[in-house]
Amino acid sequence: MTITELGRLGGGPPSDRSTDLAVHAEGLVKTFGGHRAVDGIDLDVRPGEIFGVLGPNGAGKTTMLRMLATLLKIDAGRAEIFGADVAANPHVIRQLVGVTGQYASVDENLTARENLWLFGRLQGVDAPRARRIATELLGQFGLEEAADRPIAQFSGGMRRRLDLAASLITRPPLIFLDEPTTGLDPRTRGQMWDTIRGLVADGCTVLLTTQYLDEADQLADRVAVIDHGRKVAEGTPDELKTAVGNSALQLLLANPDEVPTAVEIVRRVLGSDPVLSPEQGRLNVALDQADLAADVLIALRTAGVSISSVSVAKPSLDEVFLALTGHKTDRNHETGTEENR
Amino acid sequence: MSTMITPARETVRAADRVAAARRRVSLRETLGQTLMMAWRALKKMRRNPEQFFDVALQPILFTAMFAFIFGGAIAGDVQSYLPLMIPGILAQTVLTTCMATGTQLREDMEKGVFDRFKSLPIARIAPLAGPMVADLLRYTIAATLTFGMGLVMGYRPGGGAGGVLAAILLAIITGWSLAWVFTWVGTIARSAQAVQGISMMIMFPLTFLSNAFVPIETLPGWLAAFVRINPVSHLVTAARDLANSALVSGEVAWTLLACVIVIAIFAPLSVRSYKRHM
Repeated sequence: MTITELGRLGGGPPSDRSTDLAVHAEGLVKTFGGHRAVDGIDLDVRPGEIFGVLGPNGAGKTTMLRMLATLLKIDAGRAEIFGADVAANPHVIRQLVGVTGQYASVDENLTARENLWLFGRLQGVDAPRARRIATELLGQFGLEEAADRPIAQFSGGMRRRLDLAASLITRPPLIFLDEPTTGLDPRTRGQMWDTIRGLVADGCTVLLTTQYLDEADQLADRVAVIDHGRKVAEGTPDELKTAVGNSALQLLLANPDEVPTAVEIVRRVLGSDPVLSPEQGRLNVALDQADLAADVLIALRTAGVSISSVSVAKPSLDEVFLALTGHKTDRNHETGTEENR
Repeated sequence: MSTMITPARETVRAADRVAAARRRVSLRETLGQTLMMAWRALKKMRRNPEQFFDVALQPILFTAMFAFIFGGAIAGDVQSYLPLMIPGILAQTVLTTCMATGTQLREDMEKGVFDRFKSLPIARIAPLAGPMVADLLRYTIAATLTFGMGLVMGYRPGGGAGGVLAAILLAIITGWSLAWVFTWVGTIARSAQAVQGISMMIMFPLTFLSNAFVPIETLPGWLAAFVRINPVSHLVTAARDLANSALVSGEVAWTLLACVIVIAIFAPLSVRSYKRHM
């Protein structure tokens, strides 16, 4: 793509490097009441990549995405999409971005086919073409059989697929996916991942939010970690994982009183502190290599600390968070604020 | 099943799309989008026929009730009250129908699909105006049933079929215009219940502080003054002249002027507050 073409709609000079980017945001802020839901986020998404925004519930991921999609006013800072200023050209942005939310934005009163037809016609697709595209998308997303049934009878996964299909009618070059797989079963999740990869193969750019490290790991070329409205880290999934170790040792002590002793031993063996779980006597220990688990276990045994269960697992988002922010994800307090809508 | 995008498809080229992007929505596009939204609202009506209950029951119930309650007191007997009352009921029915517009818009706006409407490159007014176009059907049903019930009860309009049709048409136009007030309420209120409450407070004074059911001469001076400027009074008088004597009076012009003023104020207000909701 040429810079001059893309620079046309931008606020800055055509030579500005930001016009090369699919998304360029500087110091984005959104305040609800006194609460800064998004607190000065910078973001650069390159064309053709899958960019993951990783963070717990209430971190500000959805709010940020909604600002970029012109669904929320940007309180401070600025954003450009393919060089077009989001606040100044909302109509242009809406032609370039397809948005798929956490909960399906489709019409309950219409059938799947009618939904796709309506969204196509609204965007100026002529009648025969809207009909053809609807049939095509229903086929691609495995919804042919349910095409003429009311959405009310659809399962969560079917709604999610229809929602994504609805975002693809005009084949926008940039697609926002807000937690595309939250609440889906593993099989449907895998299908959604394949679909997302297919979009990029077609030339699209994808900006997605997720709560799952493995999803970011599987899909994203680059990841930004968001917490309390701020970006706390950015890099490739590999870089992020190196920061937290490749696996985690989970220990449940037979006697919770021995936790301080166990923490002391882990610190001595690995040189880093374990994460204490809210559950009594449970510790999570980040490991660079799974082999180190043995060293920790032997040291505990030598010190006479008794263990009632042990497992080695991949690091969870909690561990990534602790490593990056020094505090927990507050999941327990905020679960359900975004997810259960 | 296969969820993969067909590889044979043409590649999406961002630069071309940016170059082809339109800066604003044209009037033609706005009209087309409004009609698509009206199509959606009609589908919704067809699948939820209970929406028509108020439209169908109110004219029948109120015509019978008011005729027998007020007929003797105001006009001496039911028969002579009907020519005075039926155009009044017409105005009241149409106003109640408008009220439903606001409540249903509020309910609709809370659903996920409105998120998509907001994210699409379409005119902001289309999701508001579309259902209102579909509501023309409801006004027509309500107005027709009012006259139908009157005929059953022995009302013989002196204006003939032409006069009655003109009165119905005027009522539909007025209803559609006043509906913008309730649409605006729908975009500012927090819940569908709130819309209902606020709308009632707008609708009751408008209907009852008019000449819909009683002659103005019987009212105290201060009240008569309000009743005279109330657009509903103009509609009622105009509809009476049309239906009872096929007379196109100056009241028709006043009614239409009131409609234009209401649209000019409340349509932009509605769109503004709808946009602010995002």
